[in-house]
Amino acid sequence: MSYTIIKVENLGKKYIIDHEHNGNNNFREVVTNNIKKFFNSINPSTKKQQQQLKKEEFWALKDISFEVKQGDRVGIIGRNGSGKSTLLKVLSRITEPTTGKIYIKGRIASLLEVGTGFHPELTGRENIYLNGAILGMSRAEIKKKFDEIVAFAGVEKFIDTPVKRYSSGMYLRLAFSVAAHLEPEILVVDEVLAVGDAEFQKKCLGKMEDVNKKEGRTVLFVSHNMNAIEQLCNKAILLDQGRIVKEGEDVRSVISYYLAFDNNIKTGYWINTENKFTNPYFTIRYFAVEDDCGNIINEPVRNDSDINIVIEGDIKEVDNALQVGYAIYNEDNILLYWSIFNDIKENEWPKLKIGKNKFVSKIPKRFLNEGKYRVELIVALYFRSWIIQPEKNSPAIFFTIQGGLSDSPYWMIKRPGVLAPVLKWEVL
Amino acid sequence: MSKQNDIELIIEAGKTEKNYWKDLLEYRELFYILALRDISVRYKQTVMGILWAILQPFLTMIIFVVVFCKIAKLPSENIPYPIYVFSAMLPWTFFSTAFSNAGNSLIANSNLISKVYFPRIIIPAASIIVSAVDFTISFVILIGMMLWYSFYPSMYLLTIPIFLLITFFTAFGLGSFIAALNVKYRDFKFVIPFMVQFGLFISPVAYSTTLIPEKFKLLYYINPMVSVIDGFRWAVSGGKTDFRLEEVIIGLVTVVILNVFGILYFRKTEKTFADVI
Repeated sequence: MSYTIIKVENLGKKYIIDHEHNGNNNFREVVTNNIKKFFNSINPSTKKQQQQLKKEEFWALKDISFEVKQGDRVGIIGRNGSGKSTLLKVLSRITEPTTGKIYIKGRIASLLEVGTGFHPELTGRENIYLNGAILGMSRAEIKKKFDEIVAFAGVEKFIDTPVKRYSSGMYLRLAFSVAAHLEPEILVVDEVLAVGDAEFQKKCLGKMEDVNKKEGRTVLFVSHNMNAIEQLCNKAILLDQGRIVKEGEDVRSVISYYLAFDNNIKTGYWINTENKFTNPYFTIRYFAVEDDCGNIINEPVRNDSDINIVIEGDIKEVDNALQVGYAIYNEDNILLYWSIFNDIKENEWPKLKIGKNKFVSKIPKRFLNEGKYRVELIVALYFRSWIIQPEKNSPAIFFTIQGGLSDSPYWMIKRPGVLAPVLKWEVL
Repeated sequence: MSKQNDIELIIEAGKTEKNYWKDLLEYRELFYILALRDISVRYKQTVMGILWAILQPFLTMIIFVVVFCKIAKLPSENIPYPIYVFSAMLPWTFFSTAFSNAGNSLIANSNLISKVYFPRIIIPAASIIVSAVDFTISFVILIGMMLWYSFYPSMYLLTIPIFLLITFFTAFGLGSFIAALNVKYRDFKFVIPFMVQFGLFISPVAYSTTLIPEKFKLLYYINPMVSVIDGFRWAVSGGKTDFRLEEVIIGLVTVVILNVFGILYFRKTEKTFADVI
């Protein structure tokens, strides 16, 4: 009975971030840049370098694939900037995908904002028609539902008053009311419930449930309100950094997964974009947890996989007192240990060179327990001065270990204790 | 409902065009509503209201009469100079407001563009309708002026819709091109008034086409507003002024080129509007 209504395959959306100028393009700049580019193309040595500096690709969505069945209520969650809104924009055809395909059966109406196109000078009545048309309703349809819309919003008295004279509550109620009376097969809603008072939010939620249950419509719903997601949705998709991290019909487990890994913005890398900590001995450029292939680790890893701490920076003046390393903390903020690159005999110290130096250190397998870890940077001149000090001015990166604790069938879950090393035993 | 479920929409990089013209038909109500909105909002909270539609060209006409007729003493092909100027003023005002509105329309509606899907070409097209309404109102004044000067309307007036259509498409082709550019390069916000001003000088609003040397005329006719204005005068004067077929033909060629080019560019950049605006 319930067929696939939306099918998304390998969807990707790329933005080019222009580091050169912020905001809008200026025609003059474009003209002069093109002239510059032309001259640079004659002189190939400068060309590549400059282009790399100026443009950076950014995938707001990457390899997104999922299916939605008719009648599903899909909650899309994720922290700010994880690609939720971009996904909705692509689904509602506001912006085009860069890769991939989407198949949609049926009429789709998107509600990315309450009261899109409302004009303050127009009356409530006029705005209902305007907003309805913008959302894809026909005039006849609006006419038929007009009284219902007005009654739901509770603005009967003010229907012929310009909406700029409305209180913000009335304005919102009217706007939502129009949207709630849309009759598409698929309704795409972004964060609508973030506005209005508690009572109105409840009313909206009830209406959305009605839309789905009574009329069997499909709803895609983005929200930060986990209660609303849990109450309304029968399926959840968790996005992070443009990828689907977790999805499933067990909404509660997706939500708890999200809440567990997302207290703050915790990523596996830090780039010194602001040119902080500049000094001749070691200026940090890049600090990350990577796997063996050099990919930044952003998702939970097993405790038996390789985790490399990578520290990259520039040296202008080689100083033998330089200390580079890291401090690692668990989620209870307990310091596990410090590790420095020259913890060994002096004649075995790695040679530092002027320019870029990359320090890599492997965290032993089967050593850390399940949980979330924070790594802070150590850069200092031994007995002379701190450059970057943990718990003072250090940037922090994060990674999560989940599973892989031991090969024994007995220990599948987190062990008691701070560490979970697998040590060698002999039975004599 | 089951019938609508059969509609399968495929969204794919670079392939959204397929549904475009079909969508355009589906979204025609939005076109009416947007045009209606622009019309009803235009004179809200003004004391003079719709009178502004009349006052603007009328006052300009008076200035023109003083400067060009009384001071510069330009010829007016044996028609009362006020009528001569006003009959050119009307299509010119129509064009200039339509073009500026269309050119700025996308930016003015950026909230719609970034939040809802619809064929974007509706926006510049709808914005032109407002100017058409203004035109209609001031056209009544023209008729009044003609009666005042005992200059009776003739059957020639029936050709006016043709010239209006040419004006509409000139403004639409050029306007949608500039509007698309404006989304990315806000410089065009400043280019538009300049273009309008420049256009006024290369169109026979204040003066007569007869003043243009014969050898430059073909070049002069490239501006489609020349044929519109001359045609308008010709229709108003009942065929008494100089108006040639080649003006219309050359003008129409320009209009076609403007529209093909403008719409193509618009369509090409349209997909990125929501990202750039």
